[in-house]
Amino acid sequence: MTLAEKILARASGRSRVAPDEIVVAQVDLAMSHENADLVRKAFLEIGVPRVWDPEKIVIIFDHRIPAESEKTAATHKAVREFVRQQGIRHFYDVGRGGICHQVLAENGHVQPGMVVVGTDSHTTTHGAFGAFATGIGATEMAGVWVEGKLWFKVPSTIRIEVEGEFAPWVSAKDLILWIIGKVGAAGADYRAVEFDGSAVRRMTAASRMVLCNLSMEMGAKVAFTPVMEIAPDAGAKYERAIHVNLDYDIPEPQVACPHSVDNVKPVSALADVPVHQAVLGSCTNGRLEDLEVAACILSGRRVHPQTRLIIIPASQRVCLDAMRLGYLETLIEAGAIVNPPGCGPCVGVHQGILAAGEVCISSTNRNFIGRMGSKDSFVYLASPAVVAASAVAGRIIHPEFVMAKENAHV
Amino acid sequence: MSDATPILRGRVAAVLGPNIDTDVIYPGRYLNITDREKTAEHLFELAWPEIRSRIRPGDFIVAAANFGCGSSREQAAAALKFSGCGAVIAASFARIFFRNAINLGLPALVSPSAAIECREGDELEIDLAAGEIHNLSRNLTIAAAPLDPRAIELIRSGGLIPWLKAKYAAPAAG
Repeated sequence: MTLAEKILARASGRSRVAPDEIVVAQVDLAMSHENADLVRKAFLEIGVPRVWDPEKIVIIFDHRIPAESEKTAATHKAVREFVRQQGIRHFYDVGRGGICHQVLAENGHVQPGMVVVGTDSHTTTHGAFGAFATGIGATEMAGVWVEGKLWFKVPSTIRIEVEGEFAPWVSAKDLILWIIGKVGAAGADYRAVEFDGSAVRRMTAASRMVLCNLSMEMGAKVAFTPVMEIAPDAGAKYERAIHVNLDYDIPEPQVACPHSVDNVKPVSALADVPVHQAVLGSCTNGRLEDLEVAACILSGRRVHPQTRLIIIPASQRVCLDAMRLGYLETLIEAGAIVNPPGCGPCVGVHQGILAAGEVCISSTNRNFIGRMGSKDSFVYLASPAVVAASAVAGRIIHPEFVMAKENAHV
Repeated sequence: MSDATPILRGRVAAVLGPNIDTDVIYPGRYLNITDREKTAEHLFELAWPEIRSRIRPGDFIVAAANFGCGSSREQAAAALKFSGCGAVIAASFARIFFRNAINLGLPALVSPSAAIECREGDELEIDLAAGEIHNLSRNLTIAAAPLDPRAIELIRSGGLIPWLKAKYAAPAAG
């Protein structure tokens, strides 16, 4: 069996499962962010007095922190009261956590082989730790809070093997953008994705999280990178295998152009795209290694006068580490503004909304129409290195041009 | 029980292309609206605000592949339902949207060719259980995948909440 099949078989009490079977699986972890308020309302409507297991529910505020409006403040307040009433201990309030997917990982909530559901589409991130982790809606989560179980169609699996070495300034973000560009926004709809190969096995946990996180943007139900504790069987059946050789396939950074994540081009194909705002953050790329590469590029350089750079550490812990290591100091000296750890402008609510006609280069995960503000703004998705370099140059650029000595003036 | 039945009749309010994401269906800036009925005010607000005013109760939205991709926001399905939309018909759905729609009692039907064989204003009759769409305006029968009986049961109940409510109220009543 594949990893998805193995985990669903275990969680549904069967010896084997196969693609397209419907199984009812026990849920090991149920995560929500601010939309816990929607879940709470649906749960109260159902009329069951207590949640199935308060120890298995985690609630993390990240989409609108600190509260940007009285309406949000009221929903935050309602969730805090509910959490107290229900005895939900794993609650990360403003200033205690950060972005939900980073906080789950940092605090060891996710273990290999678990079934994890979250009311956030990027819950696929936790496949980096060997969990069958997927996004669900708020009403469905209310059902999980009542019953602790959920039906799943067993997905078929796409195997993606990655070999070779990353070229300078090319990273996990470029790899997954390239893959999404090839398979398309619906290319993995309803499927599981297993990443493997020597290049994946050499990656940091943070980079593996990038692969699993963005697999959502090709429609994946779940995505996995290898862990020691659980592995697919040797005879596992795959719907399709994709082989990537970094040396030949991805020689340079990739950029997803407006307005879809599968509209991917190599950075060299983008001639002179001026950038008004650069955003470094999100559940995709706001971790320490992302801030490190940005600090490396911005050290001794300045953000372009026509560009603003917004830095959003993924969590309080990432923020603290980046501060202690001097990354934040470097970034602030270069002219960046640092937002509190959370989703920031990625979901189009606050802290860096775009005006009509503005262009943003962003390390986040979506570039849909109006995603970060005006319907007439343009979001390009790229790696932290390309975001930082573009902030210096004031236009979308390969980091090597910014780092080259002869171009030190840019 | 709601009055939703497996046979639906209405007009096509809009025919949309592929990869219609949930940000376009319902912008992120309104995610703190947790009153389901009120979500309807912002349906397609950024890209095509005119669609909302075209929807008469029971009308259909028809789309190409991967409808509802992106964010898991349930408000996207809620905004369609409470705008009066009777069903969404698409060549395929992103999985979270599909589940959200059924869980809210909004029928979501897969038809590979509906977006090609329907035009705005066409009158349709849909049999959810049989997976058949009759385009009455063009005198065409359009193939669709029959909706799973579990999904039909949820739609008949008015969604997952009423279904669970009935399930957990039953022992006390009996």
